[in-house]
Amino acid sequence: MHELPQQLANGLILGAMYGLIAIGYTMVYGIVQLINFAHGEIFMVGGFGALTVWLILPGGFALGAAIPLMILGGVVVSVAVATAAERFAYRPLRTAPRLAPLITAIGLSIVLQQAVWMWYPDAKKDRPFPQFDGGPIDVLGANIQRGDLFVLIAAPLCMVALGFFVTKTRSGRGMQATAQDPDTAKLMGINTDRIIVMAFAIGAAFAAIAAVAYGLKNGQVGFRMGFLMGLKAFTAAVLGGIGNIYGAMLGGLVLGVAESLATGYIGDIPGMDLFGGGAWKDVWAFALLILVLLFRPQGLLGERVADRA
Amino acid sequence: MRQRSIIAITAALAAGSLTLTACGSRDDDGKSSSGDKTTVVIGVDAPLTGDLSALGLGIKNSADLAAKTANKKEYVKGVEFKIEALDDQAQPSVGQQNAQKFISDKEVLGVVGPLNSSVSQQMQKPFSDAGLTQVSPANTGTELTQGDGWKTGNSVRPFKTFFRTATTDEIQGAFAAEYLFSKAGKKKVYLIDDQKTYGAGLAASFKANFTKLGGQIVGTDHVNPDDRDFNAVVAKIKKTGADALYYGGEYPAAAPLSQQLKDSGQNIPLMGGDGIYSGEFPKLNKKAEGDLATSVGKPVEDLPSAKEFIANYKTAGYKDAYEAYGGLTYDATWAVIEAVKLAVEGNDGKVPAEGRKAVLDAMAKVKFDGVTGTISFDEFGDTTNHMMTAYKVTGGAWTPEYSAAPNVS
Repeated sequence: MHELPQQLANGLILGAMYGLIAIGYTMVYGIVQLINFAHGEIFMVGGFGALTVWLILPGGFALGAAIPLMILGGVVVSVAVATAAERFAYRPLRTAPRLAPLITAIGLSIVLQQAVWMWYPDAKKDRPFPQFDGGPIDVLGANIQRGDLFVLIAAPLCMVALGFFVTKTRSGRGMQATAQDPDTAKLMGINTDRIIVMAFAIGAAFAAIAAVAYGLKNGQVGFRMGFLMGLKAFTAAVLGGIGNIYGAMLGGLVLGVAESLATGYIGDIPGMDLFGGGAWKDVWAFALLILVLLFRPQGLLGERVADRA
Repeated sequence: MRQRSIIAITAALAAGSLTLTACGSRDDDGKSSSGDKTTVVIGVDAPLTGDLSALGLGIKNSADLAAKTANKKEYVKGVEFKIEALDDQAQPSVGQQNAQKFISDKEVLGVVGPLNSSVSQQMQKPFSDAGLTQVSPANTGTELTQGDGWKTGNSVRPFKTFFRTATTDEIQGAFAAEYLFSKAGKKKVYLIDDQKTYGAGLAASFKANFTKLGGQIVGTDHVNPDDRDFNAVVAKIKKTGADALYYGGEYPAAAPLSQQLKDSGQNIPLMGGDGIYSGEFPKLNKKAEGDLATSVGKPVEDLPSAKEFIANYKTAGYKDAYEAYGGLTYDATWAVIEAVKLAVEGNDGKVPAEGRKAVLDAMAKVKFDGVTGTISFDEFGDTTNHMMTAYKVTGGAWTPEYSAAPNVS
């Protein structure tokens, strides 16, 4: 069992990344009840935005110093794409039946994948992403890679900043009000259009940060990377209670740890060796999701209360 | 009015996405015949987009080069060869649709491809029904030519239209086991595959031969080829004390797997088959140094017969490298050209009316000196050239270590 700390650390790192992406699903759903299936691709374009910044920086630029610029580049691209999608693909459909924007979202995700495939230089195959040199750091018996430290620091910082924004600022309170009842919020003088754009933008910014984490962790970005990560993040959002921002992070962490432990240990249970291992981890993750939804249909933290945003 | 604009936008988006998808699979030149020459189309099916497109584009270009060379030399009098390349996205279902497209085009007398054995499985039956010859430069799945009974010695050829210039995983796995055990001195191996036809077959053959030699498989696992995070599996390998990892699969997943393996403090090599023998592997994996791969044939660069191919490929100015299957693709395409030549010669210098049948009949008689050696096909449609090479990443690039033709009983 001595690799337990390692498996937990692996799960937390993966989960923090899922959580950061899941926030985008959850905020948009909380406010306009739209499952933005193109969010995985917004994550993907963020990765390419960050990579572009790295490629145009002069050679010999230290990665540590480049990271803030890369985050900025990723955030700018993701937010631009997400707000444009909101304006041109979702806003015209806001009063349409729920199914219409969902289909548009799926179409949009294909458009974004193909656009990167066609126009980003050399994106027909996975592109290498810069990585930190140096070995892992030992934390309580677990090896943490230098690149993985990024997400472990970024995820809690993002959560604290978002929590502050939603509860302490005027815009954040406007967001809560819009989530509760958009029509009444509008009557109270809240510019709901602006609030919705803001929800898309914050979700996209977090997705871009997650994309930088993904690049640093796996050493590559590719035009298809948004699909699987988007699906996992959506699962995390549902697991945590869709519409709840803390739930999204918790759902991500639970999902990441569950995948890690399932890979590590299910095969060791007598009689289960057929169902253990890396290829089965998604099965166990979804089994967990079904189990949670059976006993808590609203998700782990999902409640119909005012703090969902 | 509002309803209308919604419909318009949805339609525009849908149309846009469809057009974009279609763009990837269309080729530019659309002329059918020139002058008094008969056009013979050779279909090419490979993943031209996606993770494996580096290998796929190398296949497309090498086939194109073979056709152009044949045209320039007027190798078959009165015949103008043309390549029609379709993108299978490494998806079996897309490959099957492409097979139908080739079958319905009467000018197609042979098909080169695909890259993936799992795609080939879906293409074999339609081609067999249509009597259309298929020559794969890269499929190594043994059951494709010998049926599922090959493991027990009951080899039966399932489809008489399928040929390949690549050798089988049975031979590749045996060669890898032999190399790792005898040459590299590794006795405890952890085995991982991606559950695709190629990866699982390779791992099975490796396992059988490695244990036969006296080596020990200390653990096995399967991964999802779309995953990029393998830390959980890597932590499991650590407790087994393996001195090498054998991976049945392809480079997009193998690169992060190898890197995470070494990041975890385990300084053991990852070995794989021709699916990881790509220039992309060391590019995507900073810790690839010392990793091993086997590939079919001798290194193209070392063969005197390949000098002309390499020079011509360079002159043709293709944007992408010919990659692992360039030489084998050139030979696969040339085998079809050779078969067309035999068919035409047997029909007073004209392409026979039953062109597909004549080409298929001629395939058994094809024998020529190709880029990768002497090319001919045995009773299963397998290449008679069993040469294999082990490569090692040294200085950030694959370098050949050892070549041999393993004996298979």
